[in-house]
Amino acid sequence: MDPTIIAILVQDGVVNGAIYALLALSLVLVFAVTRVIFIPQGEFVAYGALTYAALDAGQMPGSVWLLCGLGAAACAASLRAEWRRLSPRRLARLLAGTLALPAAVLLATRELAPLQPGVLVQALLALLIVTPMAPYLYRVAFRPLAQASVLVLLIAAVGVHLAMGGLGLVFFGPEGSRATGFSEDSLELGPLIVPGQSLWIVGLTVALMLGLYGFFEFTLYGKALRATAVNRLGARLVGIGTAQSGEIAFSLAGVIGALSGILIVPLTTVYYDTGFIIGLKGFTAAIIGGMASYPGAALAALGVGVLESFSSFWASAFKEVIVFTAIIPVLLWRSLRGGVVEDEE
Amino acid sequence: MARFRATALLAVLAGVAFAASAAADPIRIGMSVASTGPAASLGIPQRSTVGILPPQIAGQSVEYFVLDDGTDASRGVANIRKLIDEDKVDAVIGSSATPASAAMSTVAAEKGVPLIVLAASASLIVPMTPEKRWVFKAPQNDSLMADAIAADMAKRGVRTLAFIGFNDGYGDSWLAETERAAKAQGIRLVDVERYARSDTSVTGQVLKVMSAKPDAVLVGAAGTPAALPQKTLKERGYRGLYYQTHGAANADFLRVGGKDVEGTLLPVGPVVVAAQLPDGNPVKPVALDYIHRYEAANGAASATAFGAHAYDAFLMLQAAIPAALQAGRPGTAEFRAALRDALEGLHELVLTHGIANTSAQDHNGFDARARVMVTIRDGGWKLLP
Repeated sequence: MDPTIIAILVQDGVVNGAIYALLALSLVLVFAVTRVIFIPQGEFVAYGALTYAALDAGQMPGSVWLLCGLGAAACAASLRAEWRRLSPRRLARLLAGTLALPAAVLLATRELAPLQPGVLVQALLALLIVTPMAPYLYRVAFRPLAQASVLVLLIAAVGVHLAMGGLGLVFFGPEGSRATGFSEDSLELGPLIVPGQSLWIVGLTVALMLGLYGFFEFTLYGKALRATAVNRLGARLVGIGTAQSGEIAFSLAGVIGALSGILIVPLTTVYYDTGFIIGLKGFTAAIIGGMASYPGAALAALGVGVLESFSSFWASAFKEVIVFTAIIPVLLWRSLRGGVVEDEE
Repeated sequence: MARFRATALLAVLAGVAFAASAAADPIRIGMSVASTGPAASLGIPQRSTVGILPPQIAGQSVEYFVLDDGTDASRGVANIRKLIDEDKVDAVIGSSATPASAAMSTVAAEKGVPLIVLAASASLIVPMTPEKRWVFKAPQNDSLMADAIAADMAKRGVRTLAFIGFNDGYGDSWLAETERAAKAQGIRLVDVERYARSDTSVTGQVLKVMSAKPDAVLVGAAGTPAALPQKTLKERGYRGLYYQTHGAANADFLRVGGKDVEGTLLPVGPVVVAAQLPDGNPVKPVALDYIHRYEAANGAASATAFGAHAYDAFLMLQAAIPAALQAGRPGTAEFRAALRDALEGLHELVLTHGIANTSAQDHNGFDARARVMVTIRDGGWKLLP
């Protein structure tokens, strides 16, 4: 083990850790706002990656149809929940958001997919296809349960995870895909070869984190989300729509998941079920951060990435064991230090 | 004219008898494969192969019952029990991966129903025990393939070898076979690394492999995940020989591997390069027939070596059924026992993956004719002499 190898391992760990950090952030966000442990986060990574890869290959991704189906289901669920309170204006907004948007994305995909319009357009299109699924899922699966316990919400999340995993196999097939990256160049730093794509990953992660910080600190929606996270009842008393907050949180989780997928698919082969294990590592980081602290989760994610990279060098057969065992001392320390945290109802 | 009439009458009578017997006792063949889950890329073509199987064997109509076990051993067991108890099948084909196949084989022995597994591990039928009497295996044993790899390495002057393989049963089995075969050829195994099918990075393992400076690297993995270590080795500038196992031999591996897998050496069943086989090879027409019929039903370039294993299992049954019909009617215990006995006595049976000679001790029956070494050239498989 010489300094070069250490440097390469750290580099690899930081790039993986950046992705885990993004996922950990969105897990913390969704949990804080809606109390849902968002297990399907990993599926959004896989959907984003494979949708982008299909567009990159000039094919029509099957996930577009899921978007249309989920949009229609979300429309039906919202109509059922709100039909008494619907004004014409709200109805128009609902129809635009759940029916017109997927239809527009479908048409755009149909026009653009065979043209292979370049990585940026493809990435945007993949984001447009995958992201709206998250708020639709919220309306269909989680909003009707909004008052249920954390455990019930967790079970619903596992259900959504299984359903999306199975549909992923139908849409994308059992074999994995790779795609063209944002940058084919690489930078030589002494013995290190830094692929341009990993700079994109780290750069976009930092940019997203700064963006989220700005969103929470300086915008009304961001403040509403924070208020909902701190005290759901209090937020409702001052007129914040908690359902709307949930939808925004899910949308952010969808964007982050899909973007993570688009970022990693040029570097590694992604399968319909790859997302779960990536999401689980993000979850590990979120747990280490206590499911509450954003900087804590981000730092823990970097730690998980580097730990993973070094354990794959030293003891590759036990890599996953080492990474997931890292939770135990942290949990012990937390429970000894902090006592029992009351489940806020 | 009279003679013609008699012949015609006979033909009609034979036809009627034929139809009557066929309607009376259909042969029921069950199949449980992994058409979802981690082994789905194996199970899906195996499932699709059922679509091209004939509706009759030896004048008896055949019914096929196909279930999915999701690459899960407990579902595999539930499936084989359902197939035997509810669908009353005479033989079972499956499953695609080793764990489910091993679990199913105990049920096959308990119920006395022949089982032809489509998984690669030799441990399913070796050593032969009373419980494994009912289990037969269509794919080549790993040991056969590992010997081919080691012999090829010796021919190319490889002295040191590194192994990077799956962290599961497939990797374990290949690691054991590689250790044995390499030792026999005097090749030293200098490093062993493992990774998981779902890993997104193998940089750590690859650095360790490269610091051991082996002459060749063998990737013990299946399907597209087998491309990841090789792509990372290429990226880090490894210049030795690259070997893969026959589990990597599908079109998706070539698609994902791209130019980074050019020049890779691997052993495969002859069906993979059927069109390139010399004309005298008896496997060639059988393999081409399977490929043409499968691709006519499922689209161009869709045939895989994994689907061909399912077809081989069917060919083994087809060869054994006439003898079993002498012993009893389909659906009876006598028929199943005779079917098992007949599967044990296959002689020079030409399959898509080779030529099988089964015996009481060898329930696979393949020899060196069931493997060829190929390399990857211009994005396709190229037969090596």
